[in-house]
Amino acid sequence: MNTRQTAGDVGYAPLAIGLILALGSVLTIWGAARTHDGPFAIQMYTAMAAFLIGIFALLRAYILPNPATSRTRYEDGVVKAGVIASTFWGIAGLLVGVIIALQLSFPAIFYFEDLGWTNFGRLRPLHTSAVIFAFGGNVLIATSFYVVQRTCRARLAGGPWAWFVFWGYQLFIVLAGTGYLLGITQSREYAEPPWYVDIWLTLVWVAYLLVFLGTIWKRQEKHIYVANWFYLAFIVTIALLHIINNLALPVSFADSFSYSAFSGVQDALTQWWYGHNAVGFFLTAGFLAIMYYFIPKQADRPVYSYRLSIIHFWALIFLYIWAGPHHLHYTALPMWAQTLGATFSIMLWMPSWGGMINGLMTLSGAWDKLRTDPVLRMLVVSVAFYGMSTFEGPVMSIRAVNSLSHYTDWTIGHVHSGALGWVGFVSFGALYCLTPWLWKRERLYSTALVEWHFWIATIGIVLYITSMWVAGVMQGLMWRAYNELGFLEYSFVESVEAMHPYYIIRAVGGLLYLFGALLMAYNLWRTARGDAPEAVAVRPNAAPAAVAAE
Amino acid sequence: MSTPDKNGVDAHTGTSTTGHEWDGICELDTPLPRWWLYLFYACIVVAVIYWVLMPAWPMGNGYTPGVLGFSDRANVAAEIKALQAARGPSFKRLNAASYDEIVRDPQLAEFARAAGESTFGDNCATCHGAGGAGAPGYPNLADDVWLWGGTLGELEQTLRVGIRSTHENTRLSVMPAYGRDQMMNAKDIGDVTEYVLTLSKARDRETPQAVAAARGGVIYQQQCVACHGATGAGDRAFGAPSLTDDVWLYGGSRQEVRTQIELGRGGVMPSWETRLDPAMIRALAVYVYGLGGGEAEPAPQPVAAAPLQPTAPPATP
Repeated sequence: MNTRQTAGDVGYAPLAIGLILALGSVLTIWGAARTHDGPFAIQMYTAMAAFLIGIFALLRAYILPNPATSRTRYEDGVVKAGVIASTFWGIAGLLVGVIIALQLSFPAIFYFEDLGWTNFGRLRPLHTSAVIFAFGGNVLIATSFYVVQRTCRARLAGGPWAWFVFWGYQLFIVLAGTGYLLGITQSREYAEPPWYVDIWLTLVWVAYLLVFLGTIWKRQEKHIYVANWFYLAFIVTIALLHIINNLALPVSFADSFSYSAFSGVQDALTQWWYGHNAVGFFLTAGFLAIMYYFIPKQADRPVYSYRLSIIHFWALIFLYIWAGPHHLHYTALPMWAQTLGATFSIMLWMPSWGGMINGLMTLSGAWDKLRTDPVLRMLVVSVAFYGMSTFEGPVMSIRAVNSLSHYTDWTIGHVHSGALGWVGFVSFGALYCLTPWLWKRERLYSTALVEWHFWIATIGIVLYITSMWVAGVMQGLMWRAYNELGFLEYSFVESVEAMHPYYIIRAVGGLLYLFGALLMAYNLWRTARGDAPEAVAVRPNAAPAAVAAE
Repeated sequence: MSTPDKNGVDAHTGTSTTGHEWDGICELDTPLPRWWLYLFYACIVVAVIYWVLMPAWPMGNGYTPGVLGFSDRANVAAEIKALQAARGPSFKRLNAASYDEIVRDPQLAEFARAAGESTFGDNCATCHGAGGAGAPGYPNLADDVWLWGGTLGELEQTLRVGIRSTHENTRLSVMPAYGRDQMMNAKDIGDVTEYVLTLSKARDRETPQAVAAARGGVIYQQQCVACHGATGAGDRAFGAPSLTDDVWLYGGSRQEVRTQIELGRGGVMPSWETRLDPAMIRALAVYVYGLGGGEAEPAPQPVAAAPLQPTAPPATP
């Protein structure tokens, strides 16, 4: 990596980054030396190794600057790194998902008594964090760095800070993931990393915000493109959510354990305010930004409605933040808060669909391209899944529906129609676009492989979500069934037993989806390597021409 | 195709663009779709109506209660009350009746079985399996082999106090770990294993070695006879299992029998007295009782068909 920057405005950046890394090294050495907790010491040594490598890389870039990269119009090295990291973490996260799906299907076979760290309880947060934060987060960082430069006609601000964001974020992922396997968790869903990892992520995230804002600040376009509104909303809100939900007091600075600043139902509400808005601002706003750049680009059509983008952006931002209480229906949360959570979720339906309309209708005049361009098809199908799950969400937030769906696999199916269909497909589409653009290839190595990826993954999603719908509704009905004498008709374990075939179907679906992602990784690798595109008569992709035109 | 003409109008749709362009991307100035806008308004109206009807907005010292007066707390209380009203009289009868009376009253027996089945599924099936079929280390409740007795009264007692539990009157039997605690050497354990096989029907599978079994018989008469009896018939007073049948808690292969002599394993069943009310424990006893009567036969009317037990209902503390 080449972090040296010629422009004077970043002259102190290497020094500042170096100071952060040096301070980090000192603190981690202190932590490792003081702790009585083995797993905590491993975490400290891991972070220390990363800081020392960082210092070494910084010095190397200072001593041996590579002027070729600092003179380019745009900083694309960090975007390339993001594409590679996204692909890697995507496959890792999906693989863990398949493993835990198999553990649920065949608990006797996939239970390893002597390998405690392979327990479902440790692998499940590893899966969710890997797919959401490692895969999704890297896709968001990479695409945002790409899109903000192009749509602002400005090189990334802050010079080496973009690389600090990238590598700092990878360190966050490694510390979080290895921590789960070591048994370190603060038991907050989607916010499991312990306090010191939270502090590190806060630092990285503030740097991310400043790089992004700095680039917008020095833009050479009069107006800020809609994708950048969404990216900015995502970055700012995630910072807010992350900091507030993770307010905690460590029992010691040499221990991973901490106490939450909140307690009881307030703690639960804070957690689900965070949890739901992680969906809203990480998995929705951020990926809508991707949609707003890559769909018009790949379809070569203007965005359908500027007015709709304004209205649905502000409505989405305003309404989403209130919807979290619907995760706590029929709990100790006061009912008035449940009402507000449900009604704000219902009002959120159309603002969510505004993004879908803008995505789909942008294709008007280019529908024929869906036949020949599987990348565009992937992007468009992702928007269709987005529309489906943002309709399903408000329905599930209605208390009467929630009393059936809550705690069942219906929720898992709902999440995965959004995660696999929307987030996964829009990300794959963006990666398929970015790879030839960044590595300056005429087109992808193989369009046929994209076709295969598209169909295999689509079948996988359909198997996954239909099996989970059936399983979830069945669970809900079994749990609430009373016989005529006033006793529960089924015991819990009978409902578990009834899930067996659906869990197997789900595992097959996940396996197909993983296989599709492996095809993508192979295709992207061959594309980046510059292997000759296969001799198939496909309509030339418009994208390279568009890049050249900029 | 994507480039608008010089007046900023998109050729395909005839809609003008906003006049901006970012990296080749333009935006059409299409008005909001009417259906979208009206549905958005409709959702807002629905939300407002809901706020009027239900508890909704926090106020300085409380919240707006809603005109329907809806309350989760009141609803749950009413549902619990309704359930208690429906089931209460039957539970009362169950508590007062002798087992004899329960067995003679088909309605009450059916109620007891239903209550027992539901409770068994969420409390007992974890170890004893759905239908009470058991698992290695967890006794089968569906056969007619009992460690502590299979009458309704004995079942109730076992349920109340548990086995090797923390209850002061717990059912308690401890088999020594002859191997682990070095009370016998390996050869002697092997000999006793052969002897135990000669006692049991397992001898048809695992042919015992006669010489070793003869040596083992001598050791058996010294070490094992106190609990398992001279013929190996066991004794329910100590919870000592019979060794003459082919029903094994920890498996009936030569190696499994040997391991049990080495380790003397025994499981734990909690005392249910503090977790379930007396009527529910009696219902469980009736249900478990009804599971028995032959390993394969699920017995649709087992309680009515079974011979009446002369047991008087034990006084429940």
